[in-house]
Amino acid sequence: MQSNNNVERVGGARVASPYVASTAKKRKKKWNWALFFFVLPGFIIYSVFFAGPTVAALFLSFTDWNGIAPTFNYVGFSNYTNMLTDDPIFVQSLGNNLKFTLGVLIFQTVLSLFFAMLLVKNTKANIFYRAVYFFPTIVASVSVAFVWTFMYDPNIGVINNILSAVGLESLAKSWLGDRNIAIYSLAFVQFWAHTGQMLIIFVAGLHAIPKELYEAAEIEGASKWQTFKSITWPLLAPSATIVVAYTTIQSFKAFDLVIAMTGGGPSYATEILSTFLYHEAFINFRFGYASAAAVIFMIIIAIVTVLQFRLLKSNDVKF
Amino acid sequence: MKKLPQQLVLFIYAAIIILPFSMVLFATFKTTPELYKNPLGMPESWSFANYQDLFLKESMVTYFMNSVIVTGVSVVCIIFFASLIAYAIIRMPKKAGLALFGFFVVGMMVPTQVNMIPIYLLVNKLGMLDTLRGVIFVSIGFLIPIAVFILTGFMKTLPDGLIEAAKIDGASEWQTYLRVVMPLSLPSVATVVIFAFVIVWNDLLYPLLLLKSSEVKTLPIALLDFQGQYLTNYPMIFAGVIIASIPMIVAYVFLQRYFVAGMTAGSVKG
Repeated sequence: MQSNNNVERVGGARVASPYVASTAKKRKKKWNWALFFFVLPGFIIYSVFFAGPTVAALFLSFTDWNGIAPTFNYVGFSNYTNMLTDDPIFVQSLGNNLKFTLGVLIFQTVLSLFFAMLLVKNTKANIFYRAVYFFPTIVASVSVAFVWTFMYDPNIGVINNILSAVGLESLAKSWLGDRNIAIYSLAFVQFWAHTGQMLIIFVAGLHAIPKELYEAAEIEGASKWQTFKSITWPLLAPSATIVVAYTTIQSFKAFDLVIAMTGGGPSYATEILSTFLYHEAFINFRFGYASAAAVIFMIIIAIVTVLQFRLLKSNDVKF
Repeated sequence: MKKLPQQLVLFIYAAIIILPFSMVLFATFKTTPELYKNPLGMPESWSFANYQDLFLKESMVTYFMNSVIVTGVSVVCIIFFASLIAYAIIRMPKKAGLALFGFFVVGMMVPTQVNMIPIYLLVNKLGMLDTLRGVIFVSIGFLIPIAVFILTGFMKTLPDGLIEAAKIDGASEWQTYLRVVMPLSLPSVATVVIFAFVIVWNDLLYPLLLLKSSEVKTLPIALLDFQGQYLTNYPMIFAGVIIASIPMIVAYVFLQRYFVAGMTAGSVKG
């Protein structure tokens, strides 16, 4: 009998079977050399094509190599100090990156939470809306970029046409050509493409909140705002942490959009960290310098990731 | 039933998402002047001239096949290698497993742009520049961390007794992996397949870095070149966009549940 697997009855007394005894002993797993070969192929590819190059980037950041010359010099931290103190384009890229990230972060988090609360129930209509909102996430960012390059076009673009059709010509702009707004135009595209994805994370978070809490709140006569403030929001904190960290990291990496829509222009107004280091490396051939930018980039992402894990741990809500 | 203002908000946002896409789809059947005159509306006639032109002037079939090869081989290898690693991690002594898990998962923190210079140099040195092999190896390398993360997380929840039972029946590690653990891990495998499929199919950075000649170009990089080549011939560029998106759209329509799970599991990595 299946259910008798673990315990056998011997003369009326319950006796642990040898099988149970053996699992208890095997709790302490032993090395099996087969496992070594299991790990090997993935280990090699990951080490050679990813982990190794990451370490190499760190190493290159202390050199002045131009990528072509057979030799290079160690320059200590001078790439870093030059970049942080004496490179207006780097500083501008960092600033653009912050504007972009903050813009996306605020709108994306607030709106995805708002839509998640509207669409939380699994009705047919809601599932359809979620599917539509999610859709841009799966389309290549290059394609998304082309769609919006056309929408933004100052002469033939859809946005300016719509604006003039409703009598708001004064608001029509060169959305990607104006230095002051180009980075926000890009941020809107990022927001447009990924809000549906964040919405799904929030919906999952909302589903995990026990219904009894809401019933109790209703019996107590709590207002909608009170219910949100004292039940929904605190219990949603883990999802919110994930959304905020994910959005931040994703916005820092919005490489494809920038490359395909503006290439960092006009005059560096949309250059962000990832495109800055791409241009430094493969246009200006300053491999050492670009590597220093890469390391700074990596440190920023690492800080966001570690903060995320810290917050998630301390947020473990128990009920 | 929702209140009217809520319905209206939901509907308007859906329109903001759908309109640009319907604009693109309709545009591919229009001529350039027609698109400028009437960007959002239906085309006057459903002419496939833009698609025809694109296939005549460009090696679309080659680009498409390159994307299929790069994505297919990468996804299969990622699943195979990462699931072997995940299995080994849950089977080995706890401390060693944890260390190995950490070694792979730390890679999730590294944005792909960070190591592109050394990767370019390495692929060049190995003579794999301008080959699909190069892009495949690099794609596997950078997606193994997230795959190991998801698969290990899932396999850890499988009851120990199942694996022990297989051992007692005399199954080798390979048989246990193939016959017991993998079939039970299919939900997480599906998640990783979708996630890796979307990332590799849409990837711009590595092809941009490693592929130059037109025989090896993948779709995203071909699209980027169209932009320079056809400038304001948007109907043609958009026809390319549609062709590049078709596999993704078809998969999304049929496997929507897995897509949502896959792309949300990726919330740790972008």
